[in-house]
Amino acid sequence: METTRKLIRKQSLEKLYKLLSETRKIYAPVIAADKQVEYKYNPAFSDITFDHIRSTLSAKNVVFPKVENLFTFTNSKTESTINDIDLNKIPEVILWGAHPCDNAAFDILRSIFCWDITDEFFSKRLEKLVVIGLSCHQSDDYCFCTSVGLAPESSKGSDILLSRLQNGDYHAQILTEKGNSILNMAGELFEPVSAEKELITEVKGKFSHEQVTEKLKTAFENPFWVENSLRCIGCGACAYVCPTCACFDIQDETKGKNGKRYRSWDSCGFGLFTLHTSGHNPREVQSQRWRQRIMHKFSYMPERNESLGCVGCGRCSSGCPVDMNIAEQLEALQKI
Amino acid sequence: MNNLVARAKELLNSNSVQVVIGYETGPTGVARPAFITNSEKADRLIYDERCVQNLAVYLTKHEVRKLGKAAIVATLPVMRSIMMLISEQQIIGENLVVLGISSEGNLLDIADIRVMQGIIEKSDLSNPPEYRELLAALNKMSPEEKFAYWQKELSKCIKCYACRQACPMCYCTRCTVEVNQPQWIPVQANTHGNMEWHILRAMHLAGRCISCGECGRSCPVGIPCHLLTMHLTDKVFNYFKVYAGTSDKMSSVMSTYEPNDKESFII
Repeated sequence: METTRKLIRKQSLEKLYKLLSETRKIYAPVIAADKQVEYKYNPAFSDITFDHIRSTLSAKNVVFPKVENLFTFTNSKTESTINDIDLNKIPEVILWGAHPCDNAAFDILRSIFCWDITDEFFSKRLEKLVVIGLSCHQSDDYCFCTSVGLAPESSKGSDILLSRLQNGDYHAQILTEKGNSILNMAGELFEPVSAEKELITEVKGKFSHEQVTEKLKTAFENPFWVENSLRCIGCGACAYVCPTCACFDIQDETKGKNGKRYRSWDSCGFGLFTLHTSGHNPREVQSQRWRQRIMHKFSYMPERNESLGCVGCGRCSSGCPVDMNIAEQLEALQKI
Repeated sequence: MNNLVARAKELLNSNSVQVVIGYETGPTGVARPAFITNSEKADRLIYDERCVQNLAVYLTKHEVRKLGKAAIVATLPVMRSIMMLISEQQIIGENLVVLGISSEGNLLDIADIRVMQGIIEKSDLSNPPEYRELLAALNKMSPEEKFAYWQKELSKCIKCYACRQACPMCYCTRCTVEVNQPQWIPVQANTHGNMEWHILRAMHLAGRCISCGECGRSCPVGIPCHLLTMHLTDKVFNYFKVYAGTSDKMSSVMSTYEPNDKESFII
């Protein structure tokens, strides 16, 4: 679809929000009481932040919830009855005000969840999702989208992309059919583009992801991994805040005769993640798990999924309790 | 902190230790753990008010142990953690050089465990002042209010286990939550499963927590989970008049019985 460019005034955004919230759920970033930026369903428009650099957790929860029920079951003495989840009940959701890095992540998640078999839960949620993205007018030292082939104004993954103008209004790029349906629905709120300058932040390049991918081909046994992961304490924070990490655990929970099977976020940083029934663990120590994290995102995924497993949002680094700074490490890796 | 750098160089050059565990500045300006194995790199070591992480967590980490004998930059919480780890037979005191830091930020001369014990005994071991206000506010709440407070806080938990991994006293190679045959604690990060996890964690640290606050600091979603263990530190002191990490021969309050233990809490 050819991109349509429009102007939407600051005061019209609220009208758009109200109009959309009449028929759909809206998932948008708000500043919580403890100052953390978190995504919430159907927040009051006045609570939504348009000025955050990054939310603590990414927006992936909207297509890959931290807990997803896969089916429920009832056991009797002789048989089990399985009740499927009605996927048609998955609601239409508008992701509102998410930054380009988060929006670019959906395609990466799709490359994992729909690699060979299409994951019904994920793909239904993605199908019902409309993304109204927001270009970044601010960034910090943790941001590195430009090093992974993206930019603060990348339109990838957005159905409509808003960019702040100097006077507080927004330019809107209508990029997809989904975006176009919103334009058609609320046409009176969109005006012809203005000559006002778009406020886009500058994110400095830190490394070349092509060079990193190349370097990783021969770096498996390099002492780099042990040296650079000594301070890693082996928690799952980096994976859980990451917009593209897709590992999950599957569990059954029963109460009496009834139960459910669900999947929930998991992390390759955990010792249990690769523990075999025999007791053998092919990734016995933290350096091997840290290597796996980097290899997966910058070597295995480019090879198998034809995309990097990283969007440069910097959450893994800003959220890490011990400052395992991924951009710093990739910069160093490039030089080994 | 020139003294610290000089001492680290001396220890490494004389091969008295093979690694110095301390702090350095990361690229965004935050202080983070550093593992110095070569005296030429010792200039990276810093010590200032940003250096708050409890480094004792690394003393039981396999890959750090493999580096050889260690010297560790140790503020009061680190010293107390070391005491706990010795008393729980996780480390051997003689195999460690403690580069103690006084509350004023000066390098202390700690020749052995007895010297360190003397320093700990002279210090204020109750929960640090910055947490007391919140603890007092929680204590004033009714049980219903407390439940609502924790329900709200713990609903944010994503089960990344940073609280566990950051804690020097959570050194088990297989945590109860990882025992999955049967699965004792629900894996999913829902409010119910999160509550079970945090209550279990706090109870395992009752009488063992040295009030460093690392669990709360490490939480990526900002849950003040340190208040749970610090509350128990107050409780344990009220009942048994002991603080954790004061001796290398401490027996755990929650797993030992003394005939004169108070039993007023048993209904």
